[in-house]
Amino acid sequence: MNKPDIAAETKPWRQDGVKPFVRISNVTKKFGDLAAVNDVSLDIFKGELFCLLGGSGCGKSTLLRMLAGFETPTSGKIEIDGQDMASVAANQRPTNMMFQSYALFPHMSVEKNVIYGLLREGVAKAEANDRVADMLRLVKLDGFAKRKPHQLSGGQQQRVALARSLIKQPKLLLLDEPLGALDKKLREETQFELIKIQEDLGVTFIVVTHDQEEAMTLSTRIGVMDAGKIEQVGEPRQIYETPNSKYVADFIGSVNVFDASVEIAAPDMMRVQSAIGPILTEPMAGLTANQTVHIAVRPERIHLSRDPAKAVNSMQGVVQEVAYLGNISVFHVLLDGGRMVKVSAANSLHDDNPITWDETVYVSWNAAASTVLTR
Amino acid sequence: MKKRQINLGRGFVIAVPTLWLLLFFLIPFLVILKISFAEPRIAIPPYSPLWETVNGAIKFNINWENYAYMWEDSLYLKAFLNSLKIAFFSTILALLVGYPMAYYIARSPEPKRSILLLLIVLPFWTSFLLRVYAWIGILKTKGILNEFLLWIGIIDEPLIMMQTDFAVYVAIVYTYLPFMILPLYANLVKLDGRLLEASTDLGASKIATFFRITLPLSWPGVLAGSMLVFVPVIGEFVIPTLMGGPDSLMIGKQLWTEFFSNRDWPVASAVAMVMLVIMVIPIMALRSAQNKGAEI
Repeated sequence: MNKPDIAAETKPWRQDGVKPFVRISNVTKKFGDLAAVNDVSLDIFKGELFCLLGGSGCGKSTLLRMLAGFETPTSGKIEIDGQDMASVAANQRPTNMMFQSYALFPHMSVEKNVIYGLLREGVAKAEANDRVADMLRLVKLDGFAKRKPHQLSGGQQQRVALARSLIKQPKLLLLDEPLGALDKKLREETQFELIKIQEDLGVTFIVVTHDQEEAMTLSTRIGVMDAGKIEQVGEPRQIYETPNSKYVADFIGSVNVFDASVEIAAPDMMRVQSAIGPILTEPMAGLTANQTVHIAVRPERIHLSRDPAKAVNSMQGVVQEVAYLGNISVFHVLLDGGRMVKVSAANSLHDDNPITWDETVYVSWNAAASTVLTR
Repeated sequence: MKKRQINLGRGFVIAVPTLWLLLFFLIPFLVILKISFAEPRIAIPPYSPLWETVNGAIKFNINWENYAYMWEDSLYLKAFLNSLKIAFFSTILALLVGYPMAYYIARSPEPKRSILLLLIVLPFWTSFLLRVYAWIGILKTKGILNEFLLWIGIIDEPLIMMQTDFAVYVAIVYTYLPFMILPLYANLVKLDGRLLEASTDLGASKIATFFRITLPLSWPGVLAGSMLVFVPVIGEFVIPTLMGGPDSLMIGKQLWTEFFSNRDWPVASAVAMVMLVIMVIPIMALRSAQNKGAEI
């Protein structure tokens, strides 16, 4: 079988002139005076597994519901595969949705739930039955066809919901917190299953989630939302390594953020003043002296040592907390200036004398380890 | 010590309704059952005793005549069948009127929903009898409805509506509508809106969504509402008496005539017994349907 082109490999968003599959242009949705989605523009490409990531109430679900046709945009335009969706009713759209906590029909068996969409479309019963059997095999539920949803485990229900939303071979599958109701271990397994199914079928997925780890694992690209706006769109690595705002840096993973003001902004050197003293960073264009910025440093980019380090940024502090997480340990170090810094370090098998509580240590990082954020 | 107190408390709580039912339901039931096997007499009480002591031996007088009489005189069979017919069609009508209302209330936003519910139960604040008389005022030959229709010129002479089955249906559906709406509402308000969205999302039209999702899921509400209308309408007596014609025969009315006009207590008791059985059948059927539903 020929595998469809996988967007994760071709990365169409990096190329010029590729036509997006879903085009959201200046979409706003107001409930009363409140703009749940505020002037959002977003292009999503064919075969992508795109995650909309944000806290509750950030507008990500509303955006998804507008794509499905359950909400009408107050203004703006949504195009799917070149077609304007404004006049297309929810039951006519080339999209299907996998609902949060699944919304399986409780009075129907697994089989009846999955076949529902095909019969509404007028597919002949015999053909529909074959397709359902194939689909149940794909999601590993053959043998459960006659069960009712409440007789299934959470993971099985999740797969029924996936099968039901995929059976009509939608061009675009919308998933609202698809793994939210599963426990951690099952969630991790299912994440990879979901990616495999998505790549096998070549369907474009848009996933709404509040779980940054889930978004990082699943997506080709992530759109981070806050207060109805898209803060940043990018590949997981981009979002993590070069967040464009304090909000994104804070939302994705763990980070130390220092408020600072620019002291020297030269083309070859940049120095800022912060509560923990001067910090040297990579030069960044467009900054002027005395401008307020935020310096973000990931805990794993900070080096912890008993002796003073040679790195350009080095400070002394006392270990307050140590959390052993197996592969890494996380340290909370109280700097002399009174500021707490999170540092994580890989655990080594041969370390007989690990750094521990109340030790005086040096935290240090290079200029390249930090990111300068202007908002 | 403590456990004993709990048991005492629990016993008391259960004993009160049990005693109540014994006193006001089971004992009267047994009395009626007894009378239904007696012979009528012109005396006080107007029926023969069930047993007598003759020369120190107890002699039972069980009389099946009353039940046989009901079978022989086609009047009773007709009254039973007519009651069932009226109860059946009233239930269907109440369902057809009540379902959209219950659905609309359940889908309304909160402050409006409470007001609509209040409006549904508001008629209970007035006596049932007064409301029936109000309907007589509307439907009678020189009533409000006829006057109105004459005035706007749709009809040339008044319609005869009182003393017809039409009047009986109008009054019954009106009176029992809240009993249909309330259980339906209680069911529909729990309906998960996402199921309807899921159905739409899978390509179903509004009509298909209603018949395949909403209606099957509200089935327990439909059954409960239908029982609350069907069972009491079988025995309904006031409405057919006040609004029905001579041929709108209903068993409740017949029962009343037998007790108070004909003073034939034994036959009246037999009628009551048969009526009770007819009412119990649909309730039992419902219970078994519900138990089945719980198993699935």
